[in-house]
Amino acid sequence: MKKMGKVSAILSILLFAAVALTGNLFAADTIKFGVAGAHSGDLASYGLPSVKAAELVVKKVNANGGILGKQVELLVEDDVCKPEVAGNTATKLVSDGVNVVLGHICSGATKAALGFYKDAGIVVMSPSATTPDLTLSGDYPNFFRTIAHDAVQAQLQVKYATQVLKVKKIAILHDKGDYGKGQAELAQKYFTEAGVEVALFEGVTPGAMDYSAIVTKLSRTKPDLVIWGGYHPEASKIVAQMRKKRMKTAFMGGDGVKDNTFIKVAGKYAEGVYATGPMDISSNPLAIQAKKEHQDAYGSDPGAFFDAAYSATLALLNAIEKAGSTDYDAIVKVLHTDLVDTPLGKIKFDEHGDATGIGFSVYKVENGKFVEQK
Amino acid sequence: MDFDYFMQLFLGGLTRGSIYALIALGYTMVYGIIQLINFAHGEIYMIGAFTGLIVSSVLTMAGMPTLGVVIMAAMAAVIYSSAYGYTMEKIAYKPLRNAPRLSALISAIGMSLFLQNYVLLAQTSDFLPFPSLIPDFDFWEPYAHLISSPELVILATTFVVMMLLTVLIKFTRIGKAMRATSQDKIMAALLGINVDRIISVTFVVGSATAAIGGLLIASHIGQINFYMGFIAGIKAFVAAVLGGIGSIPGAVLGSFVLGWTESFFTGYISSDYEDVFAFIILVVILIFRPSGILGKSETQKV
Repeated sequence: MKKMGKVSAILSILLFAAVALTGNLFAADTIKFGVAGAHSGDLASYGLPSVKAAELVVKKVNANGGILGKQVELLVEDDVCKPEVAGNTATKLVSDGVNVVLGHICSGATKAALGFYKDAGIVVMSPSATTPDLTLSGDYPNFFRTIAHDAVQAQLQVKYATQVLKVKKIAILHDKGDYGKGQAELAQKYFTEAGVEVALFEGVTPGAMDYSAIVTKLSRTKPDLVIWGGYHPEASKIVAQMRKKRMKTAFMGGDGVKDNTFIKVAGKYAEGVYATGPMDISSNPLAIQAKKEHQDAYGSDPGAFFDAAYSATLALLNAIEKAGSTDYDAIVKVLHTDLVDTPLGKIKFDEHGDATGIGFSVYKVENGKFVEQK
Repeated sequence: MDFDYFMQLFLGGLTRGSIYALIALGYTMVYGIIQLINFAHGEIYMIGAFTGLIVSSVLTMAGMPTLGVVIMAAMAAVIYSSAYGYTMEKIAYKPLRNAPRLSALISAIGMSLFLQNYVLLAQTSDFLPFPSLIPDFDFWEPYAHLISSPELVILATTFVVMMLLTVLIKFTRIGKAMRATSQDKIMAALLGINVDRIISVTFVVGSATAAIGGLLIASHIGQINFYMGFIAGIKAFVAAVLGGIGSIPGAVLGSFVLGWTESFFTGYISSDYEDVFAFIILVVILIFRPSGILGKSETQKV
């Protein structure tokens, strides 16, 4: 019995050594590309397209001989978009020795995971986490993203309103929800900074029977522009009531309004309404090609954030190649300075880590369609 | 300028109150007769709007002139919603007539959820555009911004419906029977009144006014969805309680008070707390007049 114990102990030590040895052996041979995000649960539809995007890019890269003479190995870890799981996911990826990470998907989970990567000196790039603080706070120099953050929309609205529409006084309404109120507060902040007077800032009740009282109040403050934070059903009600009250004031919403249902529901009252929304990339040849690759490999159209994830994968692999190593500082330097051609256009990253050259456009409803304003 | 602003808010509140009133009538009449709070009443209003949409779309496509579309849509909405109200009473409330009152209340909540989900599945969860059935005329200045033609039509229709209802209840045989039933069901039955029929009539009349309300507001606002009856129903219920549930003038007065409260509160203070204050008013009134503004005070358990 005693002898058996000794033998098994020796055996297990040998086994352990063997595993560790092979681990080291492979580690030297591949570039480990982590993919983290929601791959199961109710938000899986946001995370899985990123996995597919990474698979498609990596397959192509490997077929062409890999990067720096090494094959790229994908390490896919699920965080279910839960901050409490994301920490473990990050720890797992770090201990597996990833070189870079694509992810995470949800802002909350991303924030929870970023600290772990920062301590380990690993570059992280998210295709979908839009909370402004992730980059703007400066707490995470290792974090990059290929999607514009929420404040970009507000900044764009301010830029368009002050430069093109030349507004002096605005009114801001929102739907009191997280999304709508968040947008409205960002708009208020940037408009005030731009020297525009915010004459009214109020929340309305979504689903209320009508908005005649708030529209009356709007018309009394005589704004040059009404900014709406929220979704399209309330927006169409408010716009319709404004027009019926003979208010010709311009109206501008965010990506919650840039939805064809808005035009369908608001009908003729939608004419002339401004909305900011993601830039139209459907004519970019790389975007068309990426979509076709997905179509060929999986037989379906790509899902949410696919283009952003595809671009992020390209940007990360390009950075490793240009840097000539997987060294953290070298990769970060390339990301900041080198333009890379992606489905989102030619992008690099600004000092905060946000991709430049992508983002939102202002659209205006003209003849029943959203038309991009140049 | 300030009087002008006041008038705009006043008329806006009156319009909103009119719609509340059209719904609240159903709550108050049903409560008056069988002491049931019919929580599915908001859904009847929603079904009225949906029927109006379907009928008016089909007729417009068939090339009928606007006036014809309006009349046919209104009739269809009234008939269809009344049929729903009638059926609802027969399946969900009649079998529970002698059960504890709580059972009927739960049945009403179940009915409300059922109808919402039924319309959700049968139609769509999306917001649907609703055609403007009432043409938007330009009034001459300085009145153009005060009130629009659809709002005027809403006010006028509500007024006519109130008048007709008063005549129905005060001067017709069926109205007399309704009043008798609400006073004492057993005695009314002993005197030869068909109580079941009177209850059905009450549901039908209440559903018809709610359907008109749904149609009017949908045409004014221009959009409907399956959930529109929920908040409107709750608000109308509050208005009915505010005015004194069971009392018909009370429901109308309560609706106007609620409409004005919301409108003035938004106009002079902030719309952020519109609902908060609407409900604070309710609580305050109920503390000082537990039976509502025009309600008779009698203690009853719900």
